[in-house]
Amino acid sequence: MSENILDINDLRTSFFVEGNEIKAVDGVTLQVPEGKTLGIVGESGSGKSISALSILQLIDDPGKIVGGSIDFNGEELTDVKPSRMRNIRGNEISMIFQEPMTSLNPVYTIGQQLRESYKIHEGLGKKEGTKRAIEMLEMVGIPSPDKRIDQYPYELSGGMRQRVMIAMALACKPELLIADEPTTALDVTIQSQILELIKELQEEIGMSVIMITHDLGVIAETCDYVAVMYCGQIVEYADVETLFDNPKHPYTVGLLNSLPRHDMDQDELIPIKGSVPAPDEMPAGCRFAPRCPHASNICSQMPALETQEDGNDVRCWIYTDQWDGEKGVKVYDRESTS
Amino acid sequence: MTENQLLKVANLKQYFPIKGGFLGRTVNHVKAVDDVSFTINKGETVSVVGESGCGKSTTGRAILRLDEPTEGKIEFDGQDIVSMNKNEMRKMRSEMQIIFQDPYASLNPRKTVRQTLNEAMEIQDVVPKNERNDRIIELMETVGLQRHQIDRFPHEFSGGQRQRIGIARALSVNPKLIICDEAVSALDVSIQAQVLNLLKKLQREYDLTYMFIAHDLGVVRHISDRIVVMYLGKVVESGDTKAIFENPQHPYTKALLSAIPVPDPKNKSERIFLRGDVPSPIDPPQGCRFHTRCPYATDKCKTEEPLLEEKDSVMTGSHDVACHYAKDIQSGRHKPTYEMTDVRKALDEEGGDNESTGKELEDAKN
Amino acid sequence: MTTFIIRRLLQLIPVLLGVTILVFSLMHLTPGNPAVIMAGESAPEATVKAIEQRLGLNDPLHIQYLNFLGNAAQLDFGVSVRDNIPVFDHIQPRFLITLELTIYSTIFTVVLGLLAGIVSAIKQYSFYDVTLMIITLFGLSMPNFWLGLMLIQWFAIELGWFAPTGWGNADQLLLPVISLGTAGAAIIARMTRSSMLDVIQQDYIRTARAKGVKERTVIFRHALKNAMIPVVTVIGLQFGYFLGGSILTESVFAINGLGRLIIDSILQRDFPVVQGAVLVIAVSFVFVNLIVDISYRLLNKRVDLN
Repeated sequence: MSENILDINDLRTSFFVEGNEIKAVDGVTLQVPEGKTLGIVGESGSGKSISALSILQLIDDPGKIVGGSIDFNGEELTDVKPSRMRNIRGNEISMIFQEPMTSLNPVYTIGQQLRESYKIHEGLGKKEGTKRAIEMLEMVGIPSPDKRIDQYPYELSGGMRQRVMIAMALACKPELLIADEPTTALDVTIQSQILELIKELQEEIGMSVIMITHDLGVIAETCDYVAVMYCGQIVEYADVETLFDNPKHPYTVGLLNSLPRHDMDQDELIPIKGSVPAPDEMPAGCRFAPRCPHASNICSQMPALETQEDGNDVRCWIYTDQWDGEKGVKVYDRESTS
Repeated sequence: MTENQLLKVANLKQYFPIKGGFLGRTVNHVKAVDDVSFTINKGETVSVVGESGCGKSTTGRAILRLDEPTEGKIEFDGQDIVSMNKNEMRKMRSEMQIIFQDPYASLNPRKTVRQTLNEAMEIQDVVPKNERNDRIIELMETVGLQRHQIDRFPHEFSGGQRQRIGIARALSVNPKLIICDEAVSALDVSIQAQVLNLLKKLQREYDLTYMFIAHDLGVVRHISDRIVVMYLGKVVESGDTKAIFENPQHPYTKALLSAIPVPDPKNKSERIFLRGDVPSPIDPPQGCRFHTRCPYATDKCKTEEPLLEEKDSVMTGSHDVACHYAKDIQSGRHKPTYEMTDVRKALDEEGGDNESTGKELEDAKN
Repeated sequence: MTTFIIRRLLQLIPVLLGVTILVFSLMHLTPGNPAVIMAGESAPEATVKAIEQRLGLNDPLHIQYLNFLGNAAQLDFGVSVRDNIPVFDHIQPRFLITLELTIYSTIFTVVLGLLAGIVSAIKQYSFYDVTLMIITLFGLSMPNFWLGLMLIQWFAIELGWFAPTGWGNADQLLLPVISLGTAGAAIIARMTRSSMLDVIQQDYIRTARAKGVKERTVIFRHALKNAMIPVVTVIGLQFGYFLGGSILTESVFAINGLGRLIIDSILQRDFPVVQGAVLVIAVSFVFVNLIVDISYRLLNKRVDLN
């Protein structure tokens, strides 16, 4: 296995609201192998975006990283100096966001915003910065970049703006790109352009990518490894083929079963019952137990994320010796869904 | 066939004026819907799909006359809706209901579920006053909400539950047709599946007809009997769900389908990248509206608008497509003029450069 | 941009016409014959007739208005009833004093208001924020003449740091400026605070931070320019308000500005002077608004489309 560029261990990020601690990220452990793409998939409130913002130390009040370590190329990000962290942001680790429409500053031109990165990280002046900015816009496939550079964000379409965001994120050729739902706000034909673009640029620059999404299609299409998050925890981690072939956690299975497919006929969707618990009503044991079709007594205790024989890491009692529910329960029945 | 018809939309046009100039005159129009025709039969689910700006939501709003249609005919249950006066239209609305994408925005935050449902029934006066309470409780159970939640306010519910309230409100007046405008788009997949299953169950139980407006083709394939594909205010293809998904005829439909990521890492589809963005609906391209992004386009496509007609030789029967070359592309006689695989070259052609449209918009507003 | 300015200038025409009609009517809507009012109740018939003749009061109303308009365009507002000196000569020096007071007060308002607003926003709910917001509440609730009197009492009479009245010397400037500008500064501070708080939440601020931009640059470069968009409108309104609303401050500090000229002229029924002064203020207000609109547009390019 290749080197890991990022090694997150037991990361905990909480929000403190009116004296209560809301554990948005609760013990996340992850590795990003060099040059590969790690997908983080989960529904709203699963903590996937907060995990990403924690890596860049961009958690605002009332949020706080309360524990764990983030090792980036041997450097511990949770206790580097703010000035070093600023040096990393946008230079060694970059991030693009969900909303291209609002993620660019409306009162500055594309060029001004791109040049800023070069000024901060490479000390380039206006002339040199403009040259590099035009090259970058060309690289992300924006036509007539020398004209575009003097335009304001409102003059560009959503897809164009996301290309500009990518150009800005990749301006200094980062080692790691965090893409937080980069295509959720875009139409599918534009989404496919953007995903392909990220993939191509990844190869050109040789960077690693963390792809955060709620869309299992995007995961299957772009990722090498996948972490499934639920209520601030990773419930399953595997390489992408293993995860889709042989999902182990009942939540992962539930997601796959409730997904309406455009590429095949399905009789009935099998939804997950109930809804995600409110942050202040988190169950003490397995977070998924109240919605799990297989839940048993032992599920009132928290299971650990443990590696299984066929490669998945799963946080579920079913795969342990302590399992006290139905023996030989079939969590995933491939036949029933295809 | 016609007896079975519930909704008939014929040559619907919806133009929104753009004011501009010194005196605020109408200088141009946004042609949001431009000559659209389709029918929906009783008990059927018909989906209108397309990307943002294709006019699918505008079509839904025009049918309910939430916006007054510019031109065209809309018949519901044999009655002409467009010529109805306000009073008649209000009565008509009990037969046609709409569910929106954001249930929170469409529910009054100061009203409990009971008040919301009561109000809906009161306006339409479809249920006698003394039976309303029982009906409300019945509705709550039907959509899968607890009886004790009846006096709660919208903010006390989750997104999925709020969408259930929206469905209950739509059902409360015993409609025949429900227009679902991106009704499940904002929901997480696990909740989305619950709501989709509920909609299917209700359709069976109440003999409902759905018009589904959606951009998620997975959802669309799952729920629809027939599909209408729109692009830039026009219908480019329509037909049975199976025909659209398994034998798409229009280059746009094909590109759209190929663009959706498949949740199966072993089965990565060969992508067709469309170049650029959708052109502005203010000054849509002449001829076939898709020609600026179409790899198969010829000079004919730039001048001559294709008719929506049957061209599928495999899956015959109400599968229409608006493309001059549908048959030739199908048989392999008509080849694309360039490769559609380089995502960065994809923008350099005329279709990708939306600079001019931006400027036009600006000028129009000035 | 040029088309925008031309269009805005053209739009000024009806506004200015409206303003002049209102000011013109001032004299004619006042009960009684203006000539009698000017000459005084007990003046002889002949004097009244002479005034009527001189002012052209016997002409049809629209002719009178057109004459008024034509004269006003050449800065000729007639002559003062009191001393027969042209109204313009009365107004000009006074207007310059008021303009000075207004400009200083606006600078005071903007600098203090913006600083307080920014500090409050980036240290939300902190000691600074709470203190500043309490101070602004006081600033808003204090009538400016009362504040003026208190300032004179403390800083001029008791401490002797500043001159209690007048305008022009360095020790005469600060107290009137504080008195006039405090309420404005409080409004700007509150506006800036809420606008900043709103902007800091925006996605593009997160983008800037993710790029590695320094926090200070994030606030002053990325956030402030956006937060200023609504504040600029208020600054413009404040300027206009100072221009017309300095009457009380000028009275308290015995400053010979335009406001005092108006009050004196009203008391002495010097209508041509009142008319001229009001017209000057109104026209200035209109042009200040034009400048605000242009700067608003320079700040916010999206106005082009909306």
